[in-house]
Amino acid sequence: MTVETAAEATPPEPELVQLLTPEGERVPHEHYDSLIADVTGDDIRAMYRDLVLGRRVDGEAVALQRQGELGLWASLLGQEAAQVGSARALRAQDHVFPTYREHAVALCRGVDPVKLLALFRGVDQGSWDPDETRFHLYTIVIGAQTLHATGYAMGVQRDGAIGTGDPDRDTAVIAYFGDGATSQGDVNEAFIWASVVNAPVVFFCQNNQWAISEPLERQTRVPLYRRAAGFGFPGVRVDGNDVLACLAVSREALQRARDGEGPTLVEAFTYRMGAHTTTDDPTRYRLNAELEHWKLKDPIERVKAHMVRSDLADQAFFDSVEQDAEELAVNLRAACRALPDPAPTSIFDHVYVEPTPDLVAQREAMTTYLDSFAEEVAR
Amino acid sequence: MTALNITKAINAGLRRSMESDAKVLVMGEDVGKLGGVFRVTDGLQKDFGEDRVIDTPLAESGIIGTAVGLALRGYRPVCEIQFDGFVFPGYDQIVNQVAKMHFRSGGRLRLPIVIRIPYGGSIGAVEHHSESPEATFAHIPGLKVVTCSNPLDAYWMIQQAIQLDDPVVFFEPKRRYYEKAEVDVDGEPDLPLESARVALPGTDATVAAYGPMVKTCLDAAAAASDDGRSLEVIDLRSLSPLDLRAVYDSVRRTGRLVVVHEAHRTLGVGAEVAARVTEECFYSLEAPVQRVTGYDTPYPPARVEEEYLPDLDRVLDAVDRTFAY
Repeated sequence: MTVETAAEATPPEPELVQLLTPEGERVPHEHYDSLIADVTGDDIRAMYRDLVLGRRVDGEAVALQRQGELGLWASLLGQEAAQVGSARALRAQDHVFPTYREHAVALCRGVDPVKLLALFRGVDQGSWDPDETRFHLYTIVIGAQTLHATGYAMGVQRDGAIGTGDPDRDTAVIAYFGDGATSQGDVNEAFIWASVVNAPVVFFCQNNQWAISEPLERQTRVPLYRRAAGFGFPGVRVDGNDVLACLAVSREALQRARDGEGPTLVEAFTYRMGAHTTTDDPTRYRLNAELEHWKLKDPIERVKAHMVRSDLADQAFFDSVEQDAEELAVNLRAACRALPDPAPTSIFDHVYVEPTPDLVAQREAMTTYLDSFAEEVAR
Repeated sequence: MTALNITKAINAGLRRSMESDAKVLVMGEDVGKLGGVFRVTDGLQKDFGEDRVIDTPLAESGIIGTAVGLALRGYRPVCEIQFDGFVFPGYDQIVNQVAKMHFRSGGRLRLPIVIRIPYGGSIGAVEHHSESPEATFAHIPGLKVVTCSNPLDAYWMIQQAIQLDDPVVFFEPKRRYYEKAEVDVDGEPDLPLESARVALPGTDATVAAYGPMVKTCLDAAAAASDDGRSLEVIDLRSLSPLDLRAVYDSVRRTGRLVVVHEAHRTLGVGAEVAARVTEECFYSLEAPVQRVTGYDTPYPPARVEEEYLPDLDRVLDAVDRTFAY
């Protein structure tokens, strides 16, 4: 028996929804064209900006980790289109349940990127406000958030916030996860729950081909999107490096949810171009040729090619985006390095809504102990 | 006053909570039409509908994980785990998600979730139906862990747990489910949720227990009093936070303490109580703290479970040991 590499195992499948070729050619699609018929040149320029800023934040974070400013970083390199396309399909009232790699989604939801870095720097565990951004906290345990999203969607159902026809009221929930997560019990339980209660949730799987060192073949014998059929809801595979296709497919799935028609599984077929995290070394388990192959499908280059090809932008526009990205990176770097360490006794805050007598006593003991050193220094 | 057993008392408490707050939901396996395998949720679905009393798929991680999402949306889910041993598929969600959400969000997100677990043995059951896993939850910061021993406490404690904005693991002593007592259902609770209770005042030795073992200890105290020995029995009720003020007060008077639980001995609640009493009451102790517990074996087959479980005689034997020093 031979085990194929991921690259060999990914022949172009007829089911793959693609609207932009890797060369930036807009290809017509019988069904999905109508879903992006209203997308203007401004919209495409805005998404291009999202893609570039997302990649720049990510690159800056990798650099900051290398310089010891972050403990860890999980790079999104290569997955920008899947994230921006799906995020720009969301309405203000929709809710996002991310993994720990959805940095471009976070940017689209208005989360200050320094807050993403703060988590990986180790100064907190998620300081943005999910009520305000509709972007919930990062979840590290693989797949756990798919159940939270499903439960949240059950709450949306109970609030009567689906199927009313009011575009500002009807609410969808989107759960992000990866190919590795599809092996988790929680993800399969989320599929079952969402299916039997018809929850307004979109399961957005970024199949980046690798779960740390394990290729897709270690997780599945069937294309992931086909699993949805077994649970009783639609599944669709989209070119995850095609921001327009991701937008179109996500729009349809989210609207199904808002209309009360239940869950959808979207498999965004993409590639993790970087390491799993900054502690990982992908040269130990995958061939460089595979990476080179995927570089030709870069999610940003194809939009740029499309924009040039269609006269949607000139060099001045691209330069201005680069300048914005540079400015964002400089500010981000400064803000990250300026993040203060938390006070030691702050660990006792928020264990419970009200501190318990035991925790009050432990905090006092810690304070006394730490103060004893201050006194020593003073002497 | 109404005569209620523990299942009916919890049922009445759930009903009152659901009547007073439309956000309170009940969810679990068979909790709807059947009313739960112990009938604790009997009739609730009929009165509150399928949206508020949810028969879930058969998957405990899913029960807890979706409860997290519902709580984030503003609901107050009360999850039923059918039997103690079945909580472990949901343990990851409880420990990694439920317990930590308030902390990791800097206090921004609250998860007012109650996880009800019928626990303990002496019901002649097959494996995984008689466990006492309370210490594995009391060890986890962010969770509150309480257990009732009688219908009055059951009625009030379930309501207090539902009102709390922290997640609560609520252990129900299934072997005592059908023991009745008079409950004033219209009154007010006379104790906060997180407090112990002196179940029987006494003067010669202190016995601390919780859940199903409180009755065992009260029976032991009755037997001891026939022999002229007065035992003070304390029902701990809250295992996290652990309220030991009543125990300290008692041990300072009696100098002798026996801790009793069905759960395994090593690193159990009894070990924590012994350590703290040693710290707080060192000069009052006349004897080492004694523990009467299940043994450090897997829960045994039903035909030998009574030898595994603490009973009246083992409690009195331990009390005797405290007088031997």
